[in-house]
Amino acid sequence: MDPEAAKLMGKLIGAGIACIGMGGAGVGVGVIFGNYLSGALRNPAAAASQFSNLIFGFAVTEAMGIFSLVIAFLLLYAV
Amino acid sequence: MAEQPIEPIHQFRITNLFDIGTFGGNGTEGSGTHLAFTNSALFMVLTVGLILAFLILGSNRRAIIPGRMQLMAEMTYEFVANMVRDTTGTEGMKFFPLVASLFLFVLVANLFGMFPYFFTVTSHLIVTVMLALIVFLTVVIYGFYKNGPRFLKVFVPSGIPWYIIWIVVPIEVLSFLSRPVSHSLRLWGNVLAGHIVLKVFGGMVVALLAAGAWGVVSILPFGMAVAMTGLEVLVAALQAFVFAVLTCVYLHDAMHPGH
Repeated sequence: MDPEAAKLMGKLIGAGIACIGMGGAGVGVGVIFGNYLSGALRNPAAAASQFSNLIFGFAVTEAMGIFSLVIAFLLLYAV
Repeated sequence: MAEQPIEPIHQFRITNLFDIGTFGGNGTEGSGTHLAFTNSALFMVLTVGLILAFLILGSNRRAIIPGRMQLMAEMTYEFVANMVRDTTGTEGMKFFPLVASLFLFVLVANLFGMFPYFFTVTSHLIVTVMLALIVFLTVVIYGFYKNGPRFLKVFVPSGIPWYIIWIVVPIEVLSFLSRPVSHSLRLWGNVLAGHIVLKVFGGMVVALLAAGAWGVVSILPFGMAVAMTGLEVLVAALQAFVFAVLTCVYLHDAMHPGH
């Protein structure tokens, strides 16, 4: 295998592996929204006051998935 | 990716609309600062112009019974003002102009990007990093101006036992320093990923249509592209909201370190 093909193969495999990290962010976002929903169904009166906390937790969790996506993009287009 | 005929990141290319000139340098090729009016700058001007037109049209009559434009401008004001009040308290309202400017700029820039052939300003890291650095430097400078050395209490959460301080403080320092990184990467990554996904599905439609009788299958990626466009409009609004809420949270830390 010539070095260029090996480099391309490594880039593509690495980008694919980096995307596994997004699964963790998916689990985290699911936990946040699921727990918000179960809490909101138990006490609907308090649900509206926690909406900005929900969005904050969602944003912080989602950032982890975005970081792994950025690594994948770096491998695909910048390496 | 030379072998792919359809390049999904072509949409983020910056082109010079007209050159302003080269400043400094010694006259050789590539030296000095080259200034040009780019498509990115054009869409920043359009974004700011739309916000200005909306707010000026909405507030120039100042009727007691508001019309449609005035009602929309008032709802925008109330939305941002409630967000600032809920997150930072009443004394945070002195930062309302900063938060409202950031929110409206990011929101309108993101929504502009959803139109076909429009350039998305926030899909470039340099733009979001500058927005995040404005927030970060505001937090640091205002925190030291308001609290003096007590601002360093932001690294020591209240109520932790003394024997774990030595491990908590480095973590807090690291988390504080990574705030502008995550603040900017979140917005940039969401916008970039959404637009690339849209172009990938669009590329699938074109590739399948060229495949003869199998072209009927292209209805599947086409439907997916339509659904993703709806999702991206939601993401555009949500990320603008998240950017503004995080700005409020960081400003709250500057006003009340150690909480």
